[in-house]
Amino acid sequence: MNNTKNKAHVSIRWEECKGCGLCTLACPLDLLSLSKSFNSHGYHPSVYEGEGCTGCGSCFFSCPEPGAITVFKKWHLMTETGYCPNCDNDYKVYKRETHPDELFCSNCLESIKLSKVE
Amino acid sequence: MAKDILRKSEVFYDNFDRKPGLDKMTTTYCPGCGHGILHKLVAEALEDFGVQDRTMFVSPVGCSVFAYYYFDVGNIQAAHGRAPAVATALKRANPESIVIDYQGDGDLAAIGGAEILNAANRGEGITVFFVNNATYGMTGGQMAPTTLIGQQTMTTPKGRTVANEGYPIKMSEIISTLKAPVYVERVMLGDVKSIRKARKSVRKAIQIQIEQNGFSFIEVLASCPSNLKKTPIDSQNWVREVLQENYPLGVYKDISAKFVSPDKSKTPVNYKDLPKVLNIEETNIDKNRIAEFTNKQFHEQFKIAGFGGQGVLSLGIVLSEMGMRHDFQVSWIPSYGPEMRGGTANCSVQLSSKNIGSPVVDRPTVLVAMNRPSIDKFEDSVAENGYIFYDSSLIDIEPQRKDINIIAIPATKIADDLGTTKVANMVIVGAIIEKLGIMSKDVVLDSIGEVIKKQKLININKRAILKGVEFIQNLTK
Repeated sequence: MNNTKNKAHVSIRWEECKGCGLCTLACPLDLLSLSKSFNSHGYHPSVYEGEGCTGCGSCFFSCPEPGAITVFKKWHLMTETGYCPNCDNDYKVYKRETHPDELFCSNCLESIKLSKVE
Repeated sequence: MAKDILRKSEVFYDNFDRKPGLDKMTTTYCPGCGHGILHKLVAEALEDFGVQDRTMFVSPVGCSVFAYYYFDVGNIQAAHGRAPAVATALKRANPESIVIDYQGDGDLAAIGGAEILNAANRGEGITVFFVNNATYGMTGGQMAPTTLIGQQTMTTPKGRTVANEGYPIKMSEIISTLKAPVYVERVMLGDVKSIRKARKSVRKAIQIQIEQNGFSFIEVLASCPSNLKKTPIDSQNWVREVLQENYPLGVYKDISAKFVSPDKSKTPVNYKDLPKVLNIEETNIDKNRIAEFTNKQFHEQFKIAGFGGQGVLSLGIVLSEMGMRHDFQVSWIPSYGPEMRGGTANCSVQLSSKNIGSPVVDRPTVLVAMNRPSIDKFEDSVAENGYIFYDSSLIDIEPQRKDINIIAIPATKIADDLGTTKVANMVIVGAIIEKLGIMSKDVVLDSIGEVIKKQKLININKRAILKGVEFIQNLTK
């Protein structure tokens, strides 16, 4: 099982989730749960806190919000932080073995292109 | 194509800026709404097929009325139930476009029943997504044609009964009996498995339009947690366990394997052939006679207003007909009450050297006022440095604006002297032509006979136009 660990990651935007819970039902491994605290709209958003996401996308397709869930297949969430120019801050980044120069910020979920000079 | 990242489709706007309020990231839909799921499937398919730039999305009346907040494609919101008619026009006018007709059950199956049946029967090359959640969602959960027997709604508090409300209407079955539709399927958004299946159907339906230009109809059983008064999860279960029982899933019709779109290339009439098809004579004006007017760059917007019967609308027609004879772009739209005479009427005319985007005139450059209410109503709307031509024999006040040119013509008096007050409008035509100088008055006088239907009135109309021209000439002397 260690091989599949961290091979995929699901990220849920706290403010965009309406807490309907359909993704928690959809996840075949029961990895998602509704948070105990609520967001600025008063919803209890869904959160992914554990490990073991396989990137199947079930939560993504069952979610009614266009941008609430992002599924990173075959990506690692790096433990060290990196600078995100979109957020103008340091955040953990998603990285892929096949394209090491393309990163995704775990905060804004936007792509960070590393320039070759760096 | 397997994707590395499943994320918000490019077909959605990054921020929903059209949505009012501060939250520009989420939809207006309730938690757990089926619309959001279907929106995502449609958006993903449009993105994957690379047709975003030529897609027209027709949204209905219902919760999805605001689909144009979200989809970054061409959008039109249609009147209740009329989306298939609008979609038909879009597809016919531009056969290259991908037209998505998105409707709910109240919209499609109730008020729009005639439109969808006939669009399907004509085999328009559009893709219809029919969201069936067995209730009127936006208006607060009234009974829909698709409401199940025994189902409680706002308007059937004791449950729908056959005796009073009849049976639920099954659109997929009905549509599939028609000959023209290419692909008819009912899917549901009841669990992950069925959503993935729906995803395939959505893609197939859009592909049929792209590749074969055929009519496809996807009925989507979806949940409406708010009006079913259930949690999102319970209502999804209800869709799977109860709604599906009554509306069996499956492909009801699929002739896509052997379907060949009828050759529509022969149907459109070439613009040049129009006079022949309509059996009318073509008007040819000698280019030399209009040469000095065709090179001018201008865009005049007329508002012509008065009582019905004063010839307000025909004044506009004459101006636009004469504009056409000068190779201008023209538009004319009337606005009048039900009375032939006596009520108030106005029309909007545009004459332009460039293409006209909309025939609506909000800020006229020229106001023709043939009665007093017209001055009261439209004086303020005239653009700066514009003109007001008003009939001073009928209007006892003067316009107050100082930043526009005001021309008082006793048009009705002049016309009466000629023998009939009915040609007052032509006096004003003459005045406009002379004052604005955008048309050749010889061409107008020569071709007025083609516009006036009664031959014996041609001469008096010509004289009226000349009187108007003379009136302006005398003013400037």
